[in-house]
Amino acid sequence: MTEIREKYDVCVVGAGHAGCESALACARLGLETIMFTVSVDSIALMPCNPNVGGTSKGHLVREIDALGGEMGKNIDKTFIQSKMLNKSKGPAVHSLRAQADKAEYSRAMRKVLENQDYLTIKQAEVCELITEEYENASESGETIATKKITGVKTYTGAVYECKAVILCTGTYLKARCLCGEAITYTGPNGLQPANHLTDSLIALGVEMRRFKTGTPARMDGRTIDYSKMEEQFGDERVIPFSFSTNLEDVQIDQVSCWLTYTNEKTHDIIRANLDRSPIYAGIIEGTGPRYCPSIEDKVVKFADKERHQVFIEPEGNHTHEMYVGGMSSSLPEDVQLAMYRTVPGLENCKIVRNAYAIEYDCINPRQLYPTLEFKDIKGLFSGGQFNGSSGYEEAAAQGLIAGINAAMEILNKEMIVLDRSQSYIGVLIDDLVTKENFEPYRMMTSRAEYRLLLRQDNADLRLRKIGYEVGLVSKEVYEKTLYKQKLIDEEIERLKNTMIGAAKENQEFLIAHESSTLKTAASLAELMCRPELSYKMLSELDPKRPALPADVIEQVEIEIKYEGYIIRQQRQVEQYKKMEKRRIPADLDYNAISSLRLEARQKLIAYKPVSVGQASRISGVSPADISVLLVYLEQRKK
Amino acid sequence: MKTDTIAAIATAMSDSGIGIIRVSGEDSVSIIDKIYRNMKMKQMLTTYKSHTIHYGFIIEENETVIDEVMVSVMKAPKSYTTEDTVEINCHGGVFMMRKILDAVIRAGARVAEPGEFTKRAFLNGRIDLSKAEAVMDIIHAKNEFALQSSVKQLKGSVSDIIKEIRTNILHEIAFIEAALDDPEHFDLESDGYGEALYKIVKKIGERIRTLIDSAKNGRILSEGIQTVIVGKPNAGKSSLLNMLVGEERAIVTDIAGTTRDILEETISIDGILFRILDTAGIRSTEDIVEKIGVDRAKKAVEEADLVLYVIDSSIPLDENDEAIFHMIEGKNTIILLNKSDLFTVVTERDIRSFIGKIHEQNKNHILETNAECQNIYENRIIRTSMKERDGVALFLKTVKEMFFHGEIIYNDEVYITNVRHKEALQNAYDSLLQVRKSIEDHMPEDFYTIDLMNAYAFLGTIIGEEVGDDLVNEIFSKFCMGK
Repeated sequence: MTEIREKYDVCVVGAGHAGCESALACARLGLETIMFTVSVDSIALMPCNPNVGGTSKGHLVREIDALGGEMGKNIDKTFIQSKMLNKSKGPAVHSLRAQADKAEYSRAMRKVLENQDYLTIKQAEVCELITEEYENASESGETIATKKITGVKTYTGAVYECKAVILCTGTYLKARCLCGEAITYTGPNGLQPANHLTDSLIALGVEMRRFKTGTPARMDGRTIDYSKMEEQFGDERVIPFSFSTNLEDVQIDQVSCWLTYTNEKTHDIIRANLDRSPIYAGIIEGTGPRYCPSIEDKVVKFADKERHQVFIEPEGNHTHEMYVGGMSSSLPEDVQLAMYRTVPGLENCKIVRNAYAIEYDCINPRQLYPTLEFKDIKGLFSGGQFNGSSGYEEAAAQGLIAGINAAMEILNKEMIVLDRSQSYIGVLIDDLVTKENFEPYRMMTSRAEYRLLLRQDNADLRLRKIGYEVGLVSKEVYEKTLYKQKLIDEEIERLKNTMIGAAKENQEFLIAHESSTLKTAASLAELMCRPELSYKMLSELDPKRPALPADVIEQVEIEIKYEGYIIRQQRQVEQYKKMEKRRIPADLDYNAISSLRLEARQKLIAYKPVSVGQASRISGVSPADISVLLVYLEQRKK
Repeated sequence: MKTDTIAAIATAMSDSGIGIIRVSGEDSVSIIDKIYRNMKMKQMLTTYKSHTIHYGFIIEENETVIDEVMVSVMKAPKSYTTEDTVEINCHGGVFMMRKILDAVIRAGARVAEPGEFTKRAFLNGRIDLSKAEAVMDIIHAKNEFALQSSVKQLKGSVSDIIKEIRTNILHEIAFIEAALDDPEHFDLESDGYGEALYKIVKKIGERIRTLIDSAKNGRILSEGIQTVIVGKPNAGKSSLLNMLVGEERAIVTDIAGTTRDILEETISIDGILFRILDTAGIRSTEDIVEKIGVDRAKKAVEEADLVLYVIDSSIPLDENDEAIFHMIEGKNTIILLNKSDLFTVVTERDIRSFIGKIHEQNKNHILETNAECQNIYENRIIRTSMKERDGVALFLKTVKEMFFHGEIIYNDEVYITNVRHKEALQNAYDSLLQVRKSIEDHMPEDFYTIDLMNAYAFLGTIIGEEVGDDLVNEIFSKFCMGK
């Protein structure tokens, strides 16, 4: 037979937001990488909302950027509106969100991929994973029989040998789209699904599950009456996502979004047709996300609400298509049209693409290590919706980590695990691999217990070092970050040591700014802690102040103003780290620890946590079980 | 590596002569230094050499003396845990040890988790590795016991209050977090929410304060000797309860408006706490309601430390008494031959022969035929008349003796659990104070939820509930999120 047989270091399955970051990371680290997609035209596709970022997701994009990923740079090139959300709140919850020109986003990313050395793009459906038996030496010296990935096979029979595979299949696995009674076996946007890989995964012992998500209709913008809607503008001064983007390059002419509302008429139509909704008729098997409910879900679950918001958002600069945020649905086409037409401004709308729900196969992510490698299959990594998450940013973040770690494994270097005190990416992955997820997982700032430390403004200070060490961030860029940190530290030190006396002119300054007068001398830092005073205001009392860049001043101000809270979280982090450092050997036999409660034993066996810290976060494992585990590990160590 | 400082009572909580409170951790010396004064009432502890013992006093915040003590200082690494350790040898007795432990906690130590001293000793290499199995068993057993006693003894009403407070707190967090997560949501405007929240938090704080105050009086946990009154209907059980409640020297009433459990009273007899449960009269019955009452009585007896069996001496023993004797097998029991003011048809002798008869029928009977057992039993039959208050003094004396002789074992884990709960309540209260401070300082809304969440978690430890995904669930169930 003359089938194709090629050799690569890494095979990336999927070219969505996870796949793109994975493939770029591996190729940039010098590994021969091939990226498979069912359609080259759907690289970096945004099949749902036309945004990048948003609350907590904006943090993820910043972190991806700090580590050397692409998403932030790509949205900076292709956004058409941008907004910093939560500006009236504390710095920890400021989040950047941009409207993307979808087609441009996709095109720009494809351009980056196509011009990347060591990266091959291939349109093909991967149907089978090829593995071989493999004997792995455990930490205690025993050998554990396990599997190791050796390649993939496509639908046409071509075999690609490789050392690692990264699965980023998004919503394509056995995808099924539902629009009322009309059911199609297609991926998002009518694209070809991937129907074979699931069987290969099940044969390898991978536990699969089925999730569901949905998207609203797209309207022809020429049929929308914007005069009945509220206009929503972008920020006057745009801040880029990427730490590398020049501030002036993002000051562009922005487009507007529009706000309108549903009403009782809309809700009546929905209620009258619920029996035709696949979800309420029981046709949908998958679990959907609670945070982006369909409009039918909103009407049913929050029956007392008289109206719901509808955001009309442009899909790009070169199309009239408008995204109808807030009204995703799987109702039949005729009900959709009637329902949308009750909304002020949409009375005469024409639907370009119908709303639909999509079901797909994904995995129970507890089968993964926090490195995103499968515990039972060496060399197999995964990221994105395949891991049970949702959202472009969540996908990209995992794709990047899976890509880095696949590369680290092949290069025989230490894999990286970002922890919960370092990054939102760490929270995201830890939640996925440690907690029970019953719906597609979305990032939220409230999931990050050390939120004050994990700000979007300091992602570079937190993560550039790691990006540099793995090799995705250049020395020059890293040194810039080090210099920034130095300036921050010096300025904070100076402010803490610059004393302001109770002299008359100082007291007058304070009175003028409605601040209480000084009884004894206070440092500039102490004065900055007062809610009514800021770094900028205090320049009057601070003649020796050096000229500093805005991003340095921002950090100085935050670090000083919120110092008390920050120190408290740092103390909690110290406690947390102690437990994270206590590693648990992979071959630990929990059944041998008779003092563990049964429930705890079962959970620990199911999750195989890598550290005592991770074990402590598994529901059903009590502090007493952790004490027992610590004692057992201590005994075993000797 | 910095470790926190833990404290616990190292001896049994009985009325033994000497009690020991052990404190271990980096700050143990400086913590005890705050509450220890030497003979001349000087603060000297930090100057003492390791492995020395000193006479002195433990004092309250206002410098009044709690107890005269001997304090030993053992510096790391030569101590049980290999950490700096201080042991306070005080006068035994439940109340002294409790007061001193309270003082130690106030001074900055935290209550040790069950088995924590042993755990530290092991992890610090003080206990031989071969003993690991035993150490794990101790930790496991102590925690299980603490958990059981905590859940079992936590008064239903207190548990309900804590649940309600947690629900309130969670709702506030969810509102703020939902607004932060979906800033463009028209229903969720959290700007300026601090003012409203301040009032709510203040109110919740006051409720927790009330709980702390009741915890100080041992009223959160049903602490004390669990005592159950049984008997046939109309034997005088309620009169006994009323008499005891009236007799006690320090009445411990329940928190106003928090209990509907009128059958349960906590009383103190010369400093010994009794938790007394009156039960429905026991007789074989087809009446469903009454049956439930009888089943409850059986369950109460199973869990009891002491059973008070009230017999109406004016009517003959019957099959219902037989059923009761079966029920109280193996339990510490005092039989009260009540209504001694009426014509007596049942005497001590009748009871003994009745028991003997039952015993012959059933070889598994608790009332062993050996002389000693029989003897104890004789002493525990007391003739009383609740109406005339005859025999009451003898009854109280008997109860006290049983306790001091160690026949009734005082469940000290319950007491320790109570201290832990109090600590958790205090931490929750402090967290809410911090929320108020954040509001006063005009911090943005996202700062409030940090300490609200801490308060929520602390309260959860009392009723054994983790935080888990509570917040996310609350957000999605209460607020219509998402585009």
